[in-house]
Amino acid sequence: MPKDSGIGASSKRREDIRFLTGRGVYTDDITLHGELHAVMVRSTVANGKIVSVGTARAETMPGVQAVFTGADFAAVGGNPAGWLINSRDGTPMREPKRPVLAHGKVRHVGDAYAAVVANTYEQARDAAQAISDDTVIEELPAIVNMAAAVANPANRVHDEIPDNVCYDWGWIEDNRAKVDAAIKSAPHVTTLELVNNRLVPNAMEPRASIGEYFPGTGDYKLTTTSQNPHLTRLLVAAFVLGIPENKLTVVAPDVGGGFGSKIYHYGEEALVLAAAKKLHRPVRWTAERSESFLSDAHGRDHETKIELASDLEGNFIAIRTTTLANVGAYLSNFSTVTPTFLHGTLMAGPYKVPNVYVNVKTVFTNTAPVDAYRGAGRPEATYSIERVVDKMCRELNLDPFEVRRKNFLTTDMFPYTTPVGLVYDTGNYQATLEKAVQLADVAGFEKRAAASRAKGRLRGMGLSTWIEACGIAPSHLVGILGARVGLYDAATVRVNATGNLSVMVGAHSHGQGHETVFAQIVSSKLGVPESSVEIVHGDTSKIPFGMGSYGSRSLAVCGVAMDKALDKIIAKGKKIAAHMLEAAEGDITFADGKFSVAGTDKAKTFGEIAFSAYVPHNYPLETLEPGLEETAFYDPANFTYPAGAYICEVEVDPDTGRVEVASFTCADDFGNVMNPMIVEGQVHGGVGQGIGQALLENAHYDENGQLLTGSYMDYAMPRADDVPFYTVDHSCSTPCTHNPLGVKGCGEAGAIGSPPAVVNAVIDALHRAGHKIDHIDMPVSPSRVWSAMNA
Amino acid sequence: MHNFDFVKPASVADAVAALSTEGAQALGGGQTLIATMKQRLADPAVLVSLTGIADLQGVCMGDGGLHVGGATPHAVVAREAGKYYPALAHLAGGIGDPAVRNKGTIGGSLANNDPAACYPSAALASGATIVTNRRKIAADDYFQGMFSTALDEGEIITSVVFPIPEKASYVKFNQPASRFALTGVFVAKYAGGVRVAATGASNNGVFRWKAAEQALSANFAASAIAGLTVDDADMISDLHGTPAYRANLVKVLAGRAVSAAT
Ligand SMILES: Cc1cc2nc3c(=O)[nH]c(=O)nc-3n(C[C@H](O)[C@H](O)[C@H](O)COP(=O)(O)OP(=O)(O)OC[C@H]3O[C@@H](n4cnc5c(N)ncnc54)[C@H](O)[C@@H]3O)c2cc1C
Repeated sequence: MPKDSGIGASSKRREDIRFLTGRGVYTDDITLHGELHAVMVRSTVANGKIVSVGTARAETMPGVQAVFTGADFAAVGGNPAGWLINSRDGTPMREPKRPVLAHGKVRHVGDAYAAVVANTYEQARDAAQAISDDTVIEELPAIVNMAAAVANPANRVHDEIPDNVCYDWGWIEDNRAKVDAAIKSAPHVTTLELVNNRLVPNAMEPRASIGEYFPGTGDYKLTTTSQNPHLTRLLVAAFVLGIPENKLTVVAPDVGGGFGSKIYHYGEEALVLAAAKKLHRPVRWTAERSESFLSDAHGRDHETKIELASDLEGNFIAIRTTTLANVGAYLSNFSTVTPTFLHGTLMAGPYKVPNVYVNVKTVFTNTAPVDAYRGAGRPEATYSIERVVDKMCRELNLDPFEVRRKNFLTTDMFPYTTPVGLVYDTGNYQATLEKAVQLADVAGFEKRAAASRAKGRLRGMGLSTWIEACGIAPSHLVGILGARVGLYDAATVRVNATGNLSVMVGAHSHGQGHETVFAQIVSSKLGVPESSVEIVHGDTSKIPFGMGSYGSRSLAVCGVAMDKALDKIIAKGKKIAAHMLEAAEGDITFADGKFSVAGTDKAKTFGEIAFSAYVPHNYPLETLEPGLEETAFYDPANFTYPAGAYICEVEVDPDTGRVEVASFTCADDFGNVMNPMIVEGQVHGGVGQGIGQALLENAHYDENGQLLTGSYMDYAMPRADDVPFYTVDHSCSTPCTHNPLGVKGCGEAGAIGSPPAVVNAVIDALHRAGHKIDHIDMPVSPSRVWSAMNA
Repeated sequence: MHNFDFVKPASVADAVAALSTEGAQALGGGQTLIATMKQRLADPAVLVSLTGIADLQGVCMGDGGLHVGGATPHAVVAREAGKYYPALAHLAGGIGDPAVRNKGTIGGSLANNDPAACYPSAALASGATIVTNRRKIAADDYFQGMFSTALDEGEIITSVVFPIPEKASYVKFNQPASRFALTGVFVAKYAGGVRVAATGASNNGVFRWKAAEQALSANFAASAIAGLTVDDADMISDLHGTPAYRANLVKVLAGRAVSAAT
């Protein structure tokens, strides 16, 4: 029987009512008295020396209040990288300063080097155009191709970095020789070179920020499109502008999607604050869509060579990868960890593979910064592994299902320490694979393939068995690995006098549905209706100091903090009940929303306890404090390890090369599921993004560093009719062993597991039709498929 | 976008007069022009909307075939042309999305002559006549390469006359991002012969595939063109397709259009 409320119920998303009826309040919906408009002046060349910024004419144009250039911010701090990575030789990564506005040099098309603040948007835009026209930039050769960037020390993105390499990372460096030897002596080695295509995040809501300054108190307020308001506050206040943290409030109101791109602090946020301070008026900025394409942090962009050594029966012996990872022109906040610890530590997959070594060179280029994007590093790892396993099966003429079964870690092996440094706590990869095989009707494939053939189509089936590490992250562990922040989270549960609850959480919902799910957990735990629980997030003046939402962490980290705060509420409630019922605290039990004296019919409802907490007329104040409000901070002991099996079937039109996804089946293990409907929605969205990456999306820079896919005319987003009706299952659950909710996180899974399933299916379809094509890089577009077939 | 004046005349004569002012430009559905203005790539001083002129609206049978008013939205053609010219209605119904179809007009599409637009292939394959406030222009003379037409400054397309074929079909292969035609082929069979026009493929804009026309005029079957090849010398090369790929699409889609023609 499906539940109708609380944990496990498919409660409808309460936030959707306001989103779908146009009553959400996004940053750009807010208007303030006396506000001014900022427009950024952006470079039209990829690499150039700024000779002079032509501000004189703009300063006298109608409505212009102020003009800013890089020189105005030369004295303040840079936007820092949140993670220190060391190279194989022990030297620290190269960290060029990332200024609020480019100074001296512009380093990618869209790099902002000046800003105008004017009374109206149109006036600001006219003046910005004037600055662009009057500025002299000496264009330098663009550095776009990573191999060329590394090979050619004469051309530099940053003058102080000769080979454009941020770091050369080896994981685990001590195992390198052992892995090399294992590969050398292996009976078979499968090699694959592949590109993990660069993506533009394309959140539905573009980035936007409003800065305010209150001269009476010296306080600042930043309203911005952020996935993590406290982190943004720390970065802009402490690192960049030098504002005391307690003088800055950061509010992230309704936010229309992030996918990672709104984790990071961007220069526009500092600009609007500095401008508001200077002009004593609110200053707003909203990106145009074309600015989003050019200046949001992009995702992926790896070039990888992977080698898989095995015996002739397909038992894995070793995996070795060499990757060039594009970081773009500057280090965005999580850009250094994404291609390293979020990628290399996953390179053993769900398999028994004793030897693994990962080498990543992260390279500066004259392109937009690249950072974590839904899945962040883990999709890149999964794609490399699952594609090379597929190729190995073909080379050795083995069944891809059997090869996975043979190599999976088995349930008796947990906890399992991988050769790349993670400890998988639990899992059952066999169960999800068999579930997917059954749901996808693998046995009936030949029949469907025959039906496709009759229509003139080539049918193929692709498998991907994926694992990820999320619930980011145990601070003790990431601290050792170079993180400059903690990755705990926090929640405050405030029970109001009338018994309803305000729950302030450090996680931020930008579409995920926290307002619904977190309330379900409170409801189950306290026996109160969901409707009496309000989830408050996104405002540093209201919520405890949490770290926001990314890395499938909201429930597994912040949700657990909330659960712990609820435990404290119950404990305090017992104290109050003991006083009211004149019983010993140890005799009080709490169940179904009632505090009772064990073995009697004496009880107080949750509401009575709440009321008494705020009307403490007869409290023994020495031993019982008034009020019913508790905060908990929670730092996870380990990552969580969701895993699953995805099976994709495609039909290829051999005359046009067009690929249609015919079916997509997901069997996932997310541990305990709080709201099945929302979990399914997350999987749908993630797989949709994965299909988008596999078949459609491509951020393509030409050799001059111009983004050729800078609008929806050329950047192909997945649309409803590009994706099939999904089959989604999460019944094979092995609850997380180290958090009390037993949850693992589901937000990124779909985007991590799906691309290799799609590409494997396409290659399978082509092979079945006699085309010996080993690989086609994503996006597997009609033209690429046809060209491969007709090469 | 820059500031501009806006007028909405009720007659062709008033529109022509309004268009004679400095910096004036005709506005159809605005689905191309407004986006261009937002990007500040066009800054007309006056926009002269044609959508308030009753004479430029609607679909009806008349001399020489089906008359489509110059400011008729795609959605109206999709809805109302089907009983006279199903392939044309099908083409209109496949342009963009509902918002684009309800705003965008046939005159705007033909005046713009985007190399990947759908209507130019129908006009050329049908041997349509483009009627303006000044003259009648045969489709064969009208299209003059990418974004280039026989229209003069200030000239308004008032209607387009499509001779009704015995059989016709339009097959469009979507460019994955924009969903304009990566290539689209319109085949129309008339008593006097078959005409085949391809859009989206060539650097010279919409063009007739004469070899296929000949073969199909002799034998209206997909097999009749199976042995032909399309020269890829002038084909468009971009991220979405190589010249060889587009040349292949012209042939594949032409074959499919012949098979689907009704
Ligand atoms: C999202 C999107 C998807 C689209 N997909 C497709 C597609 O799949 N296939 C396709 O073919 N098109 C597509 N289009 C283009 C669409 O068909 C436009 O409507 C068309 O190109 C322009 O028509 P309009 O009436 O909007 O013209 P406008 O934008 O108003 O004007 C375009 C040009 O034509 C001139 N003009 C307008 N009317 C006349 C007239 N009667 N006489 C002389 N000059 C005139 C204007 O001065 C201007 O120069 C798409 C557009 C969008 C925005």
